[in-house]
Amino acid sequence: MLVKINGQEYEVDQGTTILQIAREKGIYIPTLCYLERVSPIGSCGLCVVEVEGQDELVQACNTYVEDGMVINTDTPSVKAARKAALEKILEKHPLDCPVCDKAGECKLQDLVYELGYEERISHKVVGIPLLKEPPVSYSTPGIKYYPSRCVLCQRCVTICSEYVGREVLVVNEEGDKPRIEPLYADRCISCGECLAVCPVGALTENVSPLKVRPWQKKVSRTVCPYCGVGCVLELNVGDNRVVKVTVDESIPPNYGTLCVKGRFGFEFINSEKRLKRPLIRKNDEFQEVSWDEALDFVAEKLTAIKESAGPDAIAGLASAKCTNEDNYVFQKFMRAVIGTNNVDHCARL
Amino acid sequence: MTNSLADIEEAEVILVIGSNTTENHPVFGMKLRRLARRKGTRIIVADPRKIDLTEDAFLYLPIKPGTDIALINGMMNVILREGLHDEDFIAEHTEGFDEFRKVVEKYTPEYVAEITGVSSSDIEKAARLYGSAQRASIIYCMGITQHTKGTNNVKSLANLALLCGNIGKPGTGINPLRGQNNVQGACDMGGLPATYPGYQQVANDEIRKKFEDAWGVKLSGKVGLTVVEMGDAALSGDVKAFYVMGENPILSDPNLHHLEEALQKLEFLVVQDIFFTDTCKYAHAVLPAAAYAEKDGTFTNTERRVQRVRRALNPPGEARDDWWILCEVARRMGYEMSYKNSEEIFEELRKLTPQYAGITYKRIETVGIQWPCPTEDHPGTPILHVGKIARGKGLFTPIEYKPPVEQPDEEYTFILTTGRNYYHYHTGTMTRQCMVCNFYVPEPYLEMNPDDARELGLNDGDAVKVCSRRGEIELKVKLSSRMKRGEVFSTFHFSEARVNLLTGSELDPISKIPEFKVTAVKVVKP
Ligand code: SF4
Ligand code: SF4
Repeated sequence: MLVKINGQEYEVDQGTTILQIAREKGIYIPTLCYLERVSPIGSCGLCVVEVEGQDELVQACNTYVEDGMVINTDTPSVKAARKAALEKILEKHPLDCPVCDKAGECKLQDLVYELGYEERISHKVVGIPLLKEPPVSYSTPGIKYYPSRCVLCQRCVTICSEYVGREVLVVNEEGDKPRIEPLYADRCISCGECLAVCPVGALTENVSPLKVRPWQKKVSRTVCPYCGVGCVLELNVGDNRVVKVTVDESIPPNYGTLCVKGRFGFEFINSEKRLKRPLIRKNDEFQEVSWDEALDFVAEKLTAIKESAGPDAIAGLASAKCTNEDNYVFQKFMRAVIGTNNVDHCARL
Repeated sequence: MTNSLADIEEAEVILVIGSNTTENHPVFGMKLRRLARRKGTRIIVADPRKIDLTEDAFLYLPIKPGTDIALINGMMNVILREGLHDEDFIAEHTEGFDEFRKVVEKYTPEYVAEITGVSSSDIEKAARLYGSAQRASIIYCMGITQHTKGTNNVKSLANLALLCGNIGKPGTGINPLRGQNNVQGACDMGGLPATYPGYQQVANDEIRKKFEDAWGVKLSGKVGLTVVEMGDAALSGDVKAFYVMGENPILSDPNLHHLEEALQKLEFLVVQDIFFTDTCKYAHAVLPAAAYAEKDGTFTNTERRVQRVRRALNPPGEARDDWWILCEVARRMGYEMSYKNSEEIFEELRKLTPQYAGITYKRIETVGIQWPCPTEDHPGTPILHVGKIARGKGLFTPIEYKPPVEQPDEEYTFILTTGRNYYHYHTGTMTRQCMVCNFYVPEPYLEMNPDDARELGLNDGDAVKVCSRRGEIELKVKLSSRMKRGEVFSTFHFSEARVNLLTGSELDPISKIPEFKVTAVKVVKP
């Protein structure tokens, strides 16, 4: 079927929403609450568009296209409605950006910047809502929740129930400030999916004591070190410490999802207990030695045993935690250097 | 896995057996949950414990530990009886059907119900679900392999898939989930006593010649020892030195006492790791290694996807790459081995490993490739056995049920099964340093059915002593309605309650995997 957007005709499939078509065709419609992975939430009101023949503006995220629809995404009334929607959100949101972890990667900041909100901020909203309430306890210690920053977009609630399947969160409308509440906290699996989708600094990472501004950190894409699913994840590093784990939604096998170990299980990397220097047992005590001394010692011992008792008197365990390259070199070492096939690993265990 | 993590979406029915998927492969477990809820995919869970996934399962089969073969035979009995098998597929792609059929005949649902503890009507239901689906997939994990007859368990599942033609197409297959993140890669790379990289036999002269040429030395054609055999050989004095890279066998090996003794007897033990593990205590040299976050390289996941690992930060102190350390020792032993970087190693190994031949760092820059990938223009292989079975024809293996070696008796009344917990990983060296993981599960525990606990006069959190015929440990009891009566569960993440002091070292004769899943124990107040 055919629809017309901003004067241009497009051939479209039935069962798609206006927002999906617009994204596909590269027509910009701002959103705050929309998430591709779950059904439209429709809470922010930013994606409104004009459909000819309809008195009221409609939400692009949850309106399905119909044959012959004429849609305008950029009229004065649309612009005004978007600004009003944004204003409503901002009236409840403190501008504590300088102390907020999210500054620089905040969806709301971007929207304000983009939709041109300066005059309103300087006239009306300034100074009103600073951070009034400290973080409150959440369903997992891995995440802090700042209710005063929360814009009630319900991304977290929706992703948790629809995508993770845990239904931990609800919106609590009671009291003077509605908020998200972990009503079924005992169902939480600390997957951090809610944290990942929070567009503002209401949900923030609570594991790393060190925080780094987005433009100061180095992001490296790698693979989770835990189970065999092998989720792809991004280590966010500042000052040679992992400060956070993020994910790219477009990459298999996990397409943006992680579990508690992948998301919050990174502290061991910077642990004080890490081995830092080679150790050799001398008079039944371990002593730190230089690499040269340690390597000479190991090579001497292995050579002596190989010569006196034969290569099959030496056995090696490769590792399911090390890389393919490490394992390749390990078995080559055992086979070519030691001269034995006594190589195995703990996978059977 | 014969298939991919993603193509499970095509399945109408998924049999999850011996895999606590939502806890051990959480992201995949989430996906199963989502499929059940949003797509109506029917999930059958067969597990001794009422695991989390049963919440979203269409059918739950609470089997007694170690009775998987009987269950599968029972399901196949029903499938044959009701004519739900795929005759064309069997005729065209398989052999050994008649003999197999004879064995299965005896396993009527009634007979199987007695062995497994699952009702005959549920066995029939499961059979009909699996048997009548167009596409049905089987997911399994250590619950299947960690038995003295693990190899037979797997063959049994293969029988079931062959019987219904559920192989070689999307949404089907027999899909083991690999426990640790690079088990697949460690096996692929020849971290095995009988095979070089790419599962090429060390005993094959032609193959050995190829590696001799590549590495420039004479190689041994004698198949080496497996991990448990290494322990025995150390005890008997045949093996005098161990080189351990990034493993902590002292917590993960069965029958620890035996291994402890073995390690103590060694003339020389060198351990390369990121932490001072329990195994290091027995070492003569401990070498500090870089952690995954400090390394460049590749990991291969459970669906055979080779993915890039990147150095995100610098290793602490003087810790170095594992391969660098090995090269340095090699050089000092008179064998020149040196690489500029991990990519150079990968380039060497892909020339010797046919499955990896077409993969380059450049190709997997963003998205990993699933092996086999024979050439640089090959897209990789998401599904194995498409159109034909890899060994030519799929072989039916008649398999009889045999009870687990360990049986409860008057003294040792409980069956202990072991496994992992969602919040921890393997021997705990990594996760126990993590705040969130420790918050939820700070200490070892023994899961027990509340009625059993009441009989023993135990409350949640009470300390208990668990004794097997081989050893004893102390830990706290945790009441849990997901346990059946007479069965208890614990994990091997904790060095203060080393559950493998209890387990046996009875091995599967072929895979040499120890029996972790069935140990007879008694539980007493300390
Ligand atoms: S961490 Fe995961 S389970 Fe917990 S509330 Fe967030 S989305 Fe839900
Ligand atoms: S994030 Fe969780 S599911 Fe993914 S690889 Fe890591 S441990 Fe496995």
